[in-house]
Amino acid sequence: MKKNIRLSLAAASCALLGSHGAMAEDKHDVGDWDISAALLFYSEPDRVTATEPVISAKKQIDTDETLTLKLTLDTLTGASANGAVPTNRPQSFTSPSGGTSAYTAAGETPLDESFKDTRVAVNAAWEKPIAKDLTMVLGTNFSTEYDYTSFAVSSTFAKDINNSNTTLMAGLSLGMDMIEPVNGKPVAFGTLQTQGDDDDEDDDGNKVKNGSDDTKSLVDIVVGVTQVIDQNSLFQLSYSLSSSSGYLTDPYKFISVVDPTTGIPLFENNAQPDLPTVVYENRPDSRLKHSVFGQYKRYIGGDVLDTSYRFMVDDWGITSNTIDVKYRWKFADTQYLQPHVRVYQQSAADFYTPFFIDGQQPTVGDTNSEASADYRLGEFMAYTVGLEYGQDNPSNSWSVALEYYLQTGDEPSQAFGELKNQELYPDVDALMLRVVYDF
Amino acid sequence: MRKHMLWIAVIASSTLTACSSMGVDPWQRQNLAKPEMALDSSPLNTALDDHIYFSKEASSGGRSFGGGGCGCN
Repeated sequence: MKKNIRLSLAAASCALLGSHGAMAEDKHDVGDWDISAALLFYSEPDRVTATEPVISAKKQIDTDETLTLKLTLDTLTGASANGAVPTNRPQSFTSPSGGTSAYTAAGETPLDESFKDTRVAVNAAWEKPIAKDLTMVLGTNFSTEYDYTSFAVSSTFAKDINNSNTTLMAGLSLGMDMIEPVNGKPVAFGTLQTQGDDDDEDDDGNKVKNGSDDTKSLVDIVVGVTQVIDQNSLFQLSYSLSSSSGYLTDPYKFISVVDPTTGIPLFENNAQPDLPTVVYENRPDSRLKHSVFGQYKRYIGGDVLDTSYRFMVDDWGITSNTIDVKYRWKFADTQYLQPHVRVYQQSAADFYTPFFIDGQQPTVGDTNSEASADYRLGEFMAYTVGLEYGQDNPSNSWSVALEYYLQTGDEPSQAFGELKNQELYPDVDALMLRVVYDF
Repeated sequence: MRKHMLWIAVIASSTLTACSSMGVDPWQRQNLAKPEMALDSSPLNTALDDHIYFSKEASSGGRSFGGGGCGCN
């Protein structure tokens, strides 16, 4: 949902650059509505499938004043890794609602089959010059899905200096998210599936879900500079600070508890012997991220080279590097082909724990301990390769892009026994098809 | 963390110093003004991509604000 803020900020800086020499080719008459639509298909083999239609409408209120409204629909179906380890025998997991069991064959990664959701997001951004060479963008974002609601407001200022060759920008975003997990928030390290008839309590009669909702708050600050280098090139450099606090745990992720000798998950449920013992995860209640982002664009005789790099470090112990390169090759006046390569690398969070050895798991309700087996907090590399074809016609423009995404990480070094025979960190790959049409 | 902050400060100040010696006159902006030279020339594509990466990776934002707004991560 932050994407519209991102859009607005970028639009603010671009508009400023373009307003002096003119983004004439992109200007609309006062009163005009400029409508764009996009559709994304995202598919992971045997896992998540998503369809995401977006419609955006931008009204030219005045020469340099615009209002942008955007509606996004996000439909997810399929399965997502639930955090438990695979093993040499079948496993079943009760769904978050406590109903049907998801069956996992021997040697397969346990998945949460109930991963279905429809998310609706509405974004609005109002861009207006407030003084000579100073533009303000006010934005608001709202999104809702069945267990998650988010609201944010933002303001960004962009100031032109140095004969309009330099644009300084600063922005602040404040957000509040409400999380309403199915059956309520789980208790940290609450033990699941150890007895047959009551999934709400562990063997000692402790509740594993406390039935409540929770919130998290987000504060984002961005400062940046955009600089024209010469007639054909420019760059942007920005620093952002992102602070989140509150409930940052994934309420649906488990951690397996394995036997200290064999490395096989414990199966302690006499009534349903295929239910392995798992515990809920618990993450810190705050996170502070620093990011530095640099982008360089160069016009090369009709073509455009677009490169960017991002460095991120946070207080969870994660650092990441992202390199993104696109080359827009123009041909036949109005058509282009754009190959795209993205390389992403991240280190693991300090509390990333692929499994617990029985006896080493924190006690139920111990919120001072932190652990998660979410593979997205592990160490991995990700690669994207794609190709976009587009047409820039006078009355309408459109593009279609096909991209392939691959996430790959090393097996955890602490694996032993049966865990060494299993693929604990399987590759995740996805195909993405994007279509964008500007009316 | 302090070391990172120092580097950020050094990069930011040297960038601003260097900026004053770069640039073009208004009549030399023909290529820079083309829509495909906008820093984010396809905002809808960028937004869709960012949403995917937000849900699959532990990093977000950078270009601008990042994080939150979705139960997917």
